[in-house]
Amino acid sequence: MDVELLSRLQFAFTVAFHYIFPPLSIGLGLLMVIMESIYIKTGDKQYEILARFWTKIFALTFGIGVASGIVMEFEFGTNWAVYSKYVGDVFGSALAAEGVFAFALESGFLGVLLFGWNRTKPWVHLVSTIGVFIGSMFSAIWIVVANSWQQTPAGFHIVGEGMEARAEITDFWAMVFNPSSVDRILHVWLGAFLAGAFLVLSVHSYYLLKGRFREVSIKAMKLALIVATVFSVGQLITGHSSAEGVAENQPAKLAAIEGHFEASAPADMYLLGWVNKEEQKVTGLKIPGGLSFLVDYDFTTPVTGLNAFPEEDRPTAVNAIFQFYHIMIALGLFMIALTIYASFLWWKGKLFDKRWLLFTFVFAVLAPQIANQFGWYAAEMGRQPWVVYGLLRTSDALSEAVSANEVLFSLILFALIYAILFTLFIYLLNKKIKAGPYDEQKEADRPLQSEISNIITA
Amino acid sequence: MNTFLGIDYPTLWFLVVGGLFSGYAILDGFDFGAGAWHLFFKREESRRIALNAVGPVWDGNEVWLVIGGGALFAGFPILYASLFSAMYIPFMLFLVFIIFRAVSIEFRGKESMLWWRKLWDVCYSISSGMLALLLGVVLGNVLMGMAVGENFVYQDAGFLEFLNPYALLVGINTLALFMMHGAIFLLLKTEGKLHDKLTRLLRGGMIFFIVTFALLTLYTLIYMPHLSDNFKQNQALFVVPLLAFLSIANIPRLATKRKYLRAFLFSSLTISLLLILVAIELYPTLLISTLDPEYSITVYNAASSEKSLGIMLTIVAIGAPLVVTYTWFVYKTFWGKVKLDETSY
Ligand code: HDD
Ligand code: HEM
Ligand code: HEM
Repeated sequence: MDVELLSRLQFAFTVAFHYIFPPLSIGLGLLMVIMESIYIKTGDKQYEILARFWTKIFALTFGIGVASGIVMEFEFGTNWAVYSKYVGDVFGSALAAEGVFAFALESGFLGVLLFGWNRTKPWVHLVSTIGVFIGSMFSAIWIVVANSWQQTPAGFHIVGEGMEARAEITDFWAMVFNPSSVDRILHVWLGAFLAGAFLVLSVHSYYLLKGRFREVSIKAMKLALIVATVFSVGQLITGHSSAEGVAENQPAKLAAIEGHFEASAPADMYLLGWVNKEEQKVTGLKIPGGLSFLVDYDFTTPVTGLNAFPEEDRPTAVNAIFQFYHIMIALGLFMIALTIYASFLWWKGKLFDKRWLLFTFVFAVLAPQIANQFGWYAAEMGRQPWVVYGLLRTSDALSEAVSANEVLFSLILFALIYAILFTLFIYLLNKKIKAGPYDEQKEADRPLQSEISNIITA
Repeated sequence: MNTFLGIDYPTLWFLVVGGLFSGYAILDGFDFGAGAWHLFFKREESRRIALNAVGPVWDGNEVWLVIGGGALFAGFPILYASLFSAMYIPFMLFLVFIIFRAVSIEFRGKESMLWWRKLWDVCYSISSGMLALLLGVVLGNVLMGMAVGENFVYQDAGFLEFLNPYALLVGINTLALFMMHGAIFLLLKTEGKLHDKLTRLLRGGMIFFIVTFALLTLYTLIYMPHLSDNFKQNQALFVVPLLAFLSIANIPRLATKRKYLRAFLFSSLTISLLLILVAIELYPTLLISTLDPEYSITVYNAASSEKSLGIMLTIVAIGAPLVVTYTWFVYKTFWGKVKLDETSY
């Protein structure tokens, strides 16, 4: 295997692993802010218990999010040296802003959030929870801005030529508000809120099925269901808006997403299907002219297809992109149906005894996770063969100093270490869920380490 | 060229990055050091206490690495790209150990079987020590210079090229420095028998550091003459190594008097002074090319554009007071309420 393939595999693997955790941290952050605010407003102790319980799980997702994030920050330099030189000047300010405004904010308040339950006034604690939550939203902004700049570069000029060419920033705000950032930040945020809300729904549905902690679980379910319903529907809107942006700015990606080959013809939209790249055909269930309608609100408008691009400028894995994209949408529609139906049952007063529905919720936690992952795969693979769209090819972006063996070595190491990390995550998550919200460790403000200190004092 | 207070932007950013790295070395330095001592504590209880001394702080300390790394990428993308790809293996090992260490801390207390705890103790201690060593090895390679060729690309010299005697010596010296620093930190956090044991360990740690430091200094003066150039040109700079020596000498003095808080301040100061020393040895070069001085990476040819640096300096200027304000808020509301005694972790 060559350096390019290995480096791409390694980056995809590590970033996909990382992306299991940030959405949970961001989404749980939102729910914790809501729970704690209600507690402070009404004085209802049960919301405090909920907030404390979810803080423990948050500590876990956050910890692994941090550990796996550092890896990628290094990888830009180790594996993608040419890319780093090329984009450094432009990304620099986004990354500096991320470090100063977001990571420092998160980590500053994290201590109080985790340790501070018994040591600070409730409102001070709430301020810290909000601080961590806002910090995580900010960090999503800056990293997505950086990635969006790769998709739709703006606010820069190119200096130097050939191997020495690099992008230099000319307009900070044009870089930040490049054509795809706003749509994609919103889409990523909502995806994160859904990940958090569905985890809460899943765990509390499990308690209800087991007949444990009924009273708090009903309260938690109601909150999470509101969040999940609102943002499932919202996700359709932000996703649609992203798709319009793709149609305008990245026509080759749009064509790959729907498997549209003909250079210029009205295009269909598929609900599901299979792309045969050799025959340039898609078989499946479609809305004829649907893509044309999406682009122009007219079923007959011609849409640029893959054949309009030179062979070497087309994304190669068309079927994979098509599938990832359509599974994301299918899961989005599923979440809309599920949450609206559940809200309806809640209104009827029947939700908390519908066992099959609760059972569905236990597993539905995977839906936003998979949609988040597949959304990124579609977006990133659709950008290929460019690492910076239209400017820098992925194959040119590698580190020249690194050999295939070195990457193979690190890839194997990461596979091992992430297997341990993931086992740890599942093991601890399971333990916290089994222990439940009334875990009688009042001093266990800092879930992971305080358990050790409990042993010491015992 | 734009300047601020008479200092040009690339140099200013060099100072920002240097400040972040020295903050990182001081903070993660003591917890790597404390971890490296871990296997010297024999009793289960001592190990728990030692682990809990770093328990609440280690992940906060790592944020400095994140921000420092980001600042390096942002300000000197060329250095970031060349150095990181040249030091591929050490950096990958560094990442693996940093995760391994975190896992050990979290896993250890989860089961009470003896073999289980021993296993994670060993992992924790080895990864802490290796992290210190690897940081030093990378620094050693930077000091020596590397085979940087045209277009700032490292000419790959093989899998284990980074393990050369000089770099190893810097690595061991870094480990010794952090172990001394970590022992002092633990002394602040412990009492009773463990405390007594640590006073003995610290003595060993100080000897280890001073001996390796003397060796390293000699080696550098004899075999690395390029590192003394700046001092020859500007003799006033000799004040920095002088201060570093004084600061180092102060540590054993304070330790025998059992003034550990001050000793800790001085070992922190030592770390910054040694990094300042490194900065002076190199500036304005960041990475010396051993192939041709033409190819050396400097503060100027590696820096982002003035425009970009200007934006980032503005961000730092706006952000730093904010960070200070809310850090102050956090500490005040948080620490003000509780009387933290030695045992509360
Ligand atoms: C949707 C948002 C999102 C996305 C797309 C990414 N991250 Fe991330 N990252 C976060 C959202 C986040 C987060 C929510 O801020 C953290 C903090 C805790 C957590 O679980 O995730 C995080 C942690 C985190 C850390 C540790 C920060 C700390 O110490 O607090 C680093 C260095 C990175 N990330 C770097 C990256 C890089 C280089 C990425 C892309 C290739 C990336 N992240 C994608
Ligand atoms: C966290 C969510 C993300 C996921 C799941 C993700 C996924 C992927 C995948 C699957 C690839 C490989 C594509 C291929 O080889 O066909 C890739 C490549 C890449 N992505 Fe992302 N990505 C994410 C975020 C980002 C961000 C935020 C950035 C930059 C700021 C980024 C920069 C890159 C780069 C530099 C590559 C390597 C070059 C390439 O293969 O295209 N990614 N990513
Ligand atoms: C329901 C209808 C949905 C539509 C029409 C839609 C549309 C899109 C489009 C067009 C993209 C590519 C954007 C680009 O490359 O610039 C995208 C990416 C993405 N989607 Fe969706 N999406 C939907 C649902 C969801 C759901 C439910 C989730 C997760 C819970 C999700 C998560 C993501 C993520 C994480 C990305 C990658 C980041 C990005 O490019 O914005 N999507 N989506």
